[in-house]
Amino acid sequence: MSTDMKRRIFLKGSLAAGAVSVAAGAGLLMPQQVLAAWPKAAFEAKSIPDALNALMGSGDTTTSDKIKIKAPDIAENGAVVPITVESSMEGIESIAIIASANPVPLIASFNLKGSAMGFVSTRIKMGKTGDVIGVVKAGGKLYSASKGVKVTIGGCGG
Amino acid sequence: MAKSSIKIRAKTKKDVTTVKALMTHPMETGGRKDKKTGKLIPAHYIQEIVCKHNGATVLTADWSGGVSKNPYVSFKFAGGTKGDSIEISWSDNKGGSGTQSAKIK
Repeated sequence: MSTDMKRRIFLKGSLAAGAVSVAAGAGLLMPQQVLAAWPKAAFEAKSIPDALNALMGSGDTTTSDKIKIKAPDIAENGAVVPITVESSMEGIESIAIIASANPVPLIASFNLKGSAMGFVSTRIKMGKTGDVIGVVKAGGKLYSASKGVKVTIGGCGG
Repeated sequence: MAKSSIKIRAKTKKDVTTVKALMTHPMETGGRKDKKTGKLIPAHYIQEIVCKHNGATVLTADWSGGVSKNPYVSFKFAGGTKGDSIEISWSDNKGGSGTQSAKIK
């Protein structure tokens, strides 16, 4: 698809989002659809390339050893898995955390502004054993690193 | 529900400020079932957080329900001195939001 086509789709999407927020303002829809800035498509994508495409405009990542992922080898409780993604790269724009085995793989996307450094740490839910992938966008390119985490009790079911 | 329950701790060491924050939020994915009724518990999770240092945004984040209940987030930025203000705010998919500010120690 050409860039122009993409822009067309993006315009359509933002117009639609505008209409949705007007409707929500009138009390017709759930307020959850008001947040236009939140990348809904990325968080609804079931596959990792789809999610990255919707989030960062590209599904291609290059494996990099400049990204460090700190995660436990075995997570006893999948509902709380501490993850730290650190990178020494220059010009980092954003960092995404993906759990490959989750029903919704994309967990979080952090956008770094100003003087922020390549370091984010949070706790995530993991449905089952799988890889945790850290994707770093720097200088318009995507770099990734992954680490396998074994989950003994899943954190997505009830 | 207690809305603005964010705990923030920020420290500067060698010109690098580390911010740690803990928010109180159920973070329901929408895919979990109520054990008694068997019905799905509606999704209720934080979608966006914004972190500011002296009023300037240093980090924004978009989250799914995949972030753990009572989310913890930590990040670093260059600069920052003791007494500077750190402000963190969040908004969830039900229109709820919370803001809290703290000083760098």
